Amino acid sequence: MATMDRNAYSLLLAEITSGLWLTLKYMFKQPVTVNYPYEKGPLSPRFRGEHALRRYANGEERCIACKLCEAVCPALAITIEAEPRDDGSRRTTRYDIDMTKCIYCGFCQEACPVDAIVEGPNFEFAAETREELFYNKEKLLSNGDRWEAEIANNIALDAPYR
Amino acid sequence: MADFLRNFGLPTVILVAEILAIIVPLLLAVAYLTFAERKVLAAAQLRKGPNVVGPFGLFQPLADGLKLLMKETVIPTGANRGVFIAAPILTFVLSLIAWAVIPFDDGMVIANINVGILYLFAISSLGVYGIIMAGWSSNSKYAFLGALRAAAQMVSYEVSMGFVMVSVLLCVGSLNLSAIVEAQRTVWFALPLLPMFIVFFISTLAETNRSPFDLVEGESELVAGFFVEYSSMTFALFYLGEYANMILMSAMTTVLFLGGWLAPFGWMPFTGALGHVWSMFWFFAKIAFVLFCFLWVRATMPRFRYDQLMRLGWKVFLPLSLFWLVATAGFLVTFGLLPGQG
Amino acid sequence: MDVGTVIHAICFYAFAGVAVASGVMVIAARNPVHSVLFLILAFFNAAGLFVLLGAEFLAMILVIVYVGAVAVLFLFVVMMLDINFTALRQGALQYLPIGALIGLILLVELVLVFGAWTMAPDFAASAVAPTPPIAQVTNTAALGALLYTRYIYAFQVSGLILLVAMIGAIVLTLRGREGVRRQKISTQVSRARADAVEVVKVRPRQGV
Repeated sequence: MATMDRNAYSLLLAEITSGLWLTLKYMFKQPVTVNYPYEKGPLSPRFRGEHALRRYANGEERCIACKLCEAVCPALAITIEAEPRDDGSRRTTRYDIDMTKCIYCGFCQEACPVDAIVEGPNFEFAAETREELFYNKEKLLSNGDRWEAEIANNIALDAPYR
Repeated sequence: MADFLRNFGLPTVILVAEILAIIVPLLLAVAYLTFAERKVLAAAQLRKGPNVVGPFGLFQPLADGLKLLMKETVIPTGANRGVFIAAPILTFVLSLIAWAVIPFDDGMVIANINVGILYLFAISSLGVYGIIMAGWSSNSKYAFLGALRAAAQMVSYEVSMGFVMVSVLLCVGSLNLSAIVEAQRTVWFALPLLPMFIVFFISTLAETNRSPFDLVEGESELVAGFFVEYSSMTFALFYLGEYANMILMSAMTTVLFLGGWLAPFGWMPFTGALGHVWSMFWFFAKIAFVLFCFLWVRATMPRFRYDQLMRLGWKVFLPLSLFWLVATAGFLVTFGLLPGQG
Repeated sequence: MDVGTVIHAICFYAFAGVAVASGVMVIAARNPVHSVLFLILAFFNAAGLFVLLGAEFLAMILVIVYVGAVAVLFLFVVMMLDINFTALRQGALQYLPIGALIGLILLVELVLVFGAWTMAPDFAASAVAPTPPIAQVTNTAALGALLYTRYIYAFQVSGLILLVAMIGAIVLTLRGREGVRRQKISTQVSRARADAVEVVKVRPRQGV
């Protein structure tokens, strides 16, 4: 009886029919498409996007040139040179990130003792030339200024879990 | 001279007008079939499909066509020039000339020839040449492999398609397509010949190299199969040819099995010109339904492996259609239903 | 002269001319694939000539069988061949005398055959008798009526010959090789979950 069942099952194309029925049902479901440039999906506070160097509220840059991020960077994308500033504090003279090397692992922001280098929520920084993706200190600081509100919010949201 | 014009000039003009009246809507239908395909596939995959160019993306096919026109035609240095250019033209022309015998309504056909179904069969069996020529002349291994697959596949499935057609012909007693439609006034052949209908539909999928039998193109292993080397308008001709063939095969299925222009249950509320429109509406609706099935199957089935394809063609469809042909003939003779017998 | 006849004649000469020209090209073309393509063109024009004769069934069958199937296989084989045809043709001219001799003998034989040809005495009667009037019967039906009544034995025998040829080809090429593992689709399909997977509850430290 089982053999007969099976033969009838394949002779009547039962599997093909059920497959077709499934696709037909799906045709009438709501599409899940997000119209990307106009609509965007939700981002986690931990999202690791474009890098930024942050400042304190008084405008002083946070980075103290400890070079921990440079040391931890697995892709060797970060280059830092440091010198004492006129007031004697230790600051970077050069802070470069090669965004074409970066693998967005987030180790730099984990390593940073002062929350200076962070990966912000911005992921739309595609450029037309390679050179535009070699970020220097100026570019990173301006990123930090532009995204400070979002970055601070994300850090506050993520703080309970650290 | 006036006599010559009246006897030959006028009919020629009328004929050209008739041909244009078929080809122009056909090409439009082809363009929008590509659009419909993308929309149906998108719906089955919970996507939206093209929706940017024009309202609901309706101008997408025009944009695509324009893009293809603007591109450069690349002819590979190793290619066999003449054959390389002839192949897409042949494919395209073949997909158009078959429409000469398709009856849109009672008497609405360009050439109502006695051997219409054979003509269609001949044209569809020629389709393989465009593919073989393209594959060979490209001088590329992917194109060549695609062409070899196509040739074997199309020849194999033609055999069972031929038997299916013969079993329809047994019930009709004529090779004329209009007569075949008229013979379905009592019941569409899709019902009494249901297994044959299914075999025919699946064979048309294989004949037009559509999914799940599209291993001619097999982009995962053959890049794009026989038209890897084609670009621009030559590619567009292949593309148009493939979709025009799909519509043609749907029309053939409609004529052979779904009662052509006949409305279901002989439902005929109009007469005169409106009646013609009514009949043609049903013809086109049936074609659209079969085309939807093409796309539906594409959304559902994964691609066949080559040996499975051959097995299905030769070991399943051929014996099945042969058996059903003999059974049909036996049934018709036993009950004296054979046309021309009683 | 009637315009219809003129058009008919133009069609005839076009078809016939192209057929002969492509026939010549079949043997003249350097590339064997081009030869086969010209052969197909010749078939086509022959089909066109059949249509002009009012034998549309024969024309379509010619296209379906010869162009749609036989020539595809030709093309298939020729495409797969990897022969340097120019090298092959290098010494072809030295066979010209023998070829010419054989051709001459064939020609003489043909002339002899035609010279000795006499019509059967009742030819006129038998030629007309089986042909139904063309206006009443389509030539498909006429051919069928003739083929399945008068020539049924010849028809069956030709079918048998083809069958024997097919079986012969299969016997010659089919060899049961040892150690080939084939996919058995029916066993795969008929495999049920019950005889493939068993769900076992494993207690810690007791094993299965």
